[in-house]
Parts: sequence; C-alpha cells; structure tokens
Amino acid sequence: MTQHEGTNPQAAGLHGSLKSYTLGFLFSIVLTIIPVAIVMNGWLEGAASSIVLMMAAVLQLVVQLIFFMHLREEKKPRYNLVTLILGLVILLVIVLGSMWIMLYNTVAT
Amino acid sequence: MAEHNGSGHAYHTESHSAAHDNHPDPEELRTFGFWIYLMTDVILFGTLFAAYIVLRGNTNGGPGPEELFQMGGIITSTFILLTSSFTSGLAVLAMHKGNRQALMGWLSVTALLGATFIVLEVREFIHLVHEGATIGTSAFLSAFFTLVGTHGLHVSLGLVWMIALIIQLAKHGITPVTKRKVNVISLFWHFLDVIWIFVFTIVYLMGVS
Repeated sequence: MTQHEGTNPQAAGLHGSLKSYTLGFLFSIVLTIIPVAIVMNGWLEGAASSIVLMMAAVLQLVVQLIFFMHLREEKKPRYNLVTLILGLVILLVIVLGSMWIMLYNTVAT
Repeated sequence: MAEHNGSGHAYHTESHSAAHDNHPDPEELRTFGFWIYLMTDVILFGTLFAAYIVLRGNTNGGPGPEELFQMGGIITSTFILLTSSFTSGLAVLAMHKGNRQALMGWLSVTALLGATFIVLEVREFIHLVHEGATIGTSAFLSAFFTLVGTHGLHVSLGLVWMIALIIQLAKHGITPVTKRKVNVISLFWHFLDVIWIFVFTIVYLMGVS
C-alpha cells in the first residue's frame, strides 16, 4: 500500500475510478450534444449562440481536467494547477488581446 | 493522502522545507515536466486560435465556412476522439490494477480510434482541396489548415508514440518507467481531446451557425 501510494503522488499520476471516468465521459457526451443540437436546429443566433457554445466548451474542459486528468486530487504544493493557470493566463492574453486589437483595426477594415 | 501527511510530519521535525520535497520521485518529476510541455502547447494552440479568429472573415472572395464544412463527418470524428479519451483513461485504470492484457487492449482501442479520426480528417482535407479550397486560397483557409493540421499532427505523433509504448509494454511489462509513460500519454491524449473540443466549437460549430 505504501509503495502504491508512493509511486503516484502527483495529480497526473492519480488514477480515479471507473465511476469517475464513466461520469466524465457521460458529461462530455452531453456537453457535446447540446451545442450540436443548438447549431443544427438553429435554436440560438449571434452572440447568444456564441456564448452558450463557449460555455459548453469551457465546461467540458473542466470535466476533462477533473474527471480524466484528476486535477482536484493533486497534493500541495499544487504545481500542476499553478502552471495550468499560468498557461491559461498567457492563452487568454494572446487570444483576447488579438481579438481586441483587430476589432479596432481601422487599416484593415 | 493520509500517508503522505504522516511522512510529512516525520520530516517536519528535521526541517520545515524537507516536508515539501521529501524524496522527489524521478518518474513523478518527469510527469510534471511533461505537464509543463503541455502548457507550452496550450500557448502554441492559443496563437493559432488567435490567428484563426482574427482571419476567419477574410475569405478573399473564396468559399467560407458555411459552404465548406460537412458537419456529419466532423460530429462523428468528435465523438470518436471523445470515446478514445475515455478508453485511454480505462487503460490507466487497467494499469493500476496490474492487468497488462487489459492495459494493452485499451491502448490498442485508443490508437485504433485515433487512427480513424486521422483518416476522417485526411479525407476532409482531400475533399476541401477538391472543392478548390487549398491552404493558399485565402487567409481564412491558411489559418484553418494550420490550426486543424497542427492538431492532426499532434494526434498522428501520439499514435506513433502509443504503438511504440504497446510494444514496450509487451517486452517489459508494467514497470515504474512504463507506468509513467502510460500516465503521460494518457494526459497527452486527454489534452488533445480538449484542444479538439475548442477546434470543434470555434472553427466548425461557430463557422456554420
């Protein structure tokens, strides 16, 4: 038991259970079907559609992080979580920054 | 969890800092190193997403997303990749039970699903090129092929890696080293699934809605 615990202390190494994997899989399927149904049936349009679609994608990211990558089971100090937050901050700066700049690009439009 | 705290206490009497880094396991450090690589990949895909979002309206008079994307195949490949993310998790579960046959079986299923995904993607690209939508047609298509192609390249490399790992498992069995490798590739696979969810949402669903 000690050996077993000792080899997997990182969040990345923790393994969860069949139940948590199945639950994560079901959540992922539901979170994929909802946006597909919205787009295929044209239930929402414009900004409302974009917001709901992005929310479903971000929720699915959270589901994968918790149920498949076991981020919540990580022990302190939570290096995996901290580096993830750093990566996400850089990601948001790049993506939102580019969108913001190009939206006010009077040369191109 | 409780055992970790217990050993932490034992070290605590010696020095405070020792409680934080008692016997760093090299395999554990390698897994964390791979996690940092994944975070740099997040930034790589971030720049490609930014380029795509900025350029998606610039079709240069050529075809746009609504005319080009065939959602049937895209939705199928999304569910295929989603399922493969689940089966790679089942492989990790089988590994922790010490069941080598099941581990190799689930890894093979994952690789097979990944290969199907790649075949569908290549067929989509061929279809697009036949429609006259190549990487040089417009800024939208340049950004599209770069973003989706980079993801496809990651999945292809993951496939080669996974097959190599199955061979290693057949030779050496479940050792601390192969254990870490299985953990790392399953992280990589979940990560690629997450990237695809965003490709699917931003490129395809928002493209046709």
